[in-house]
Amino acid sequence: MRNAEFSEMSYLTRSPISLDALLAEVSSPACGGTCLFLGTVRDGPDEQGVTAIEYSAYEEMVQVEFGRLLADAGARWPEARIAVRHRLGTIPVGEASIAIAAAAPHRAQAFEACRYVIEEVKRRVPVWKKELRVDGTEVWVDPHGRPTSSPPVPLSASQRGGTHD
Amino acid sequence: MRVRFFARYAELVGRSEAAVSLSLPATVGDVVRRVREDFPGARALPERPLAAVNLKQVRLDARVQDGDEVALLPPIAGG
Repeated sequence: MRNAEFSEMSYLTRSPISLDALLAEVSSPACGGTCLFLGTVRDGPDEQGVTAIEYSAYEEMVQVEFGRLLADAGARWPEARIAVRHRLGTIPVGEASIAIAAAAPHRAQAFEACRYVIEEVKRRVPVWKKELRVDGTEVWVDPHGRPTSSPPVPLSASQRGGTHD
Repeated sequence: MRVRFFARYAELVGRSEAAVSLSLPATVGDVVRRVREDFPGARALPERPLAAVNLKQVRLDARVQDGDEVALLPPIAGG
């Protein structure tokens, strides 16, 4: 995995996401409503002691796919201003793995555009996550947060791994 | 052509990329079959994985050319 920080225009970062910077990117006097969505690493009742999630990506494709996705969103909501960052690397519980800011003249467009972007990210942006657990095990999880690889300790079928939904 | 593996697939195959030669015309599905034959760990890959050619998701019947970058993608789990 690459250690260098991404370029200034990247949709990816290895540092905590700056929400102020993201909001500044979409700020406009013509926009009366701004939605900010954060996806954060979760360790809830369905998880088994998740301490962090390690995010990896097909980085070149992520950049291209985010460009396509934002162009699609721009076609649907031409007046909306949208900015997005996905964080990679090891992200502790409670910190954001993704942040999406959508500003629009009216709130309905801002909510809709923000929702569209997160749903499309989950469908088409090539990012993967491996849960790091308190017992030292590491588990790749699928889009629904379920383990896709067998950890050293047995899991019951009903147990789910987790990040935000 | 260059084939890249990511996340769990890279762990299964034991490498993050490989060079694959195929007689053309060939499809992404042919690339997957060749990879599964050539690399022992790759037999654990699904027969019909998600795939991309030159940074765009494609179906397994998509044609590949010399110089293409083919990527085999585990189920996407971002956000």
